[in-house]
Amino acid sequence: MKQIKVLGSGCSKCKKTAELIEQLAHELAIPVSVTKETSPEVIMGFGVMSTPAVAIDEQLVHSGSVPNAAQIKEWLTKESS
Amino acid sequence: MFEIFTQLADWLTYAVLGLSPDSKLGDAAHFFIEDVSKIFVLLLVMIYFIALLRASLNVEKVRDYLAGRHRGIGYLLGSGFGAITPFCSCSSIPVFLGFTSAGIPVGITMSFLLTSPLINEVAILLLMSLLGWKFTVLYVVIGMSVGIIGGFFLDSIRAERWLQSFAAKALAAGQNKTAPNQPKQEPTVLPFSQRHQFAKGETLEIFGRVWKWVIIGVGLGAALHGFVPDGWIETYLGDGQWWSVPAAVLLGIPLYSNATGVIPVMESLIINGLPIGTTLAFCMSTVAASFPEFILLKQVMQWRLLAIVFVMLLVSFSVVGWLFNAFSSFL
Repeated sequence: MKQIKVLGSGCSKCKKTAELIEQLAHELAIPVSVTKETSPEVIMGFGVMSTPAVAIDEQLVHSGSVPNAAQIKEWLTKESS
Repeated sequence: MFEIFTQLADWLTYAVLGLSPDSKLGDAAHFFIEDVSKIFVLLLVMIYFIALLRASLNVEKVRDYLAGRHRGIGYLLGSGFGAITPFCSCSSIPVFLGFTSAGIPVGITMSFLLTSPLINEVAILLLMSLLGWKFTVLYVVIGMSVGIIGGFFLDSIRAERWLQSFAAKALAAGQNKTAPNQPKQEPTVLPFSQRHQFAKGETLEIFGRVWKWVIIGVGLGAALHGFVPDGWIETYLGDGQWWSVPAAVLLGIPLYSNATGVIPVMESLIINGLPIGTTLAFCMSTVAASFPEFILLKQVMQWRLLAIVFVMLLVSFSVVGWLFNAFSSFL
């Protein structure tokens, strides 16, 4: 199962990002675990400065905006290495 | 070029609503309609075109550029970039940590973060069109000075002593490293379609956030305009009342707005005779000092540093206010 982390200090865009990922995963019937990571220390550890950002299995895949549906689907369907 | 808004207001107020030009209500309604329509159009057009231009500027580039700069020029650059770089205020903590872990001194980072809410390109253009270029230049110079001097002051008292420990460690690690810790971004040339997408998104997002502030600001202005007796503000809150400046700063703290929303309020306060310095002090305090922001900063700063930054802002806005009231006759 993919471990997805949405990085961000709890702003409305971060919430939207997490909801969108959960919704799309549900539609595609892909099991995921989405968590919101708000600790500044962890966010710094990813080297992220613009939130919301998304990390999948500890790999940063996106930062700076709410990702669009096509991007999310691509992440979800990609084989985990 | 702006007459069309006056004509629109004439038509709506006198013909459609049937108000008399001599009545208080007619006066207030006219002011409200003219200003709201003018500001909305200006905002939509300006945000779009400016976003087109700055689509490729982001905080990551600014960090790479600022890392390793000499302190003297660092405050100026930090503050300048703060004025032009777009970033959501909910990102200020990640930005703070990103700069810090690249070894950028706390003062330079704070120059960036303090200037950022005070000055942005939309605010500058609104100021130009509502209050004239002299006032605009002044506002920009003052806003940047607050950022530069604030940053310099924080470094000179060695503010990094009072960071939260993980942030202090990141700063030390960043300063010991000579090579940049992250691969530099390749220079990006954005095609027009992407710039347009970015600009469209920005316009909708910023407009969605500020339109209500414009209504509130202009509404307040219209109320002042129509119903506060001429001369009342001048008599009771005028130049002679030195305490009105710190009072305006304190009043601005619990109020929170961004620079775009507060400018219509500035316009109406000045038109109604509030001294320019008192107005500036109030507006800067509304924009740059807010409790939610400070609560966020607590995650990376100890109480002591937080209190210092807070007091520093209060003092500097008051000084700005007094200076401007003292020299306003030269403007």
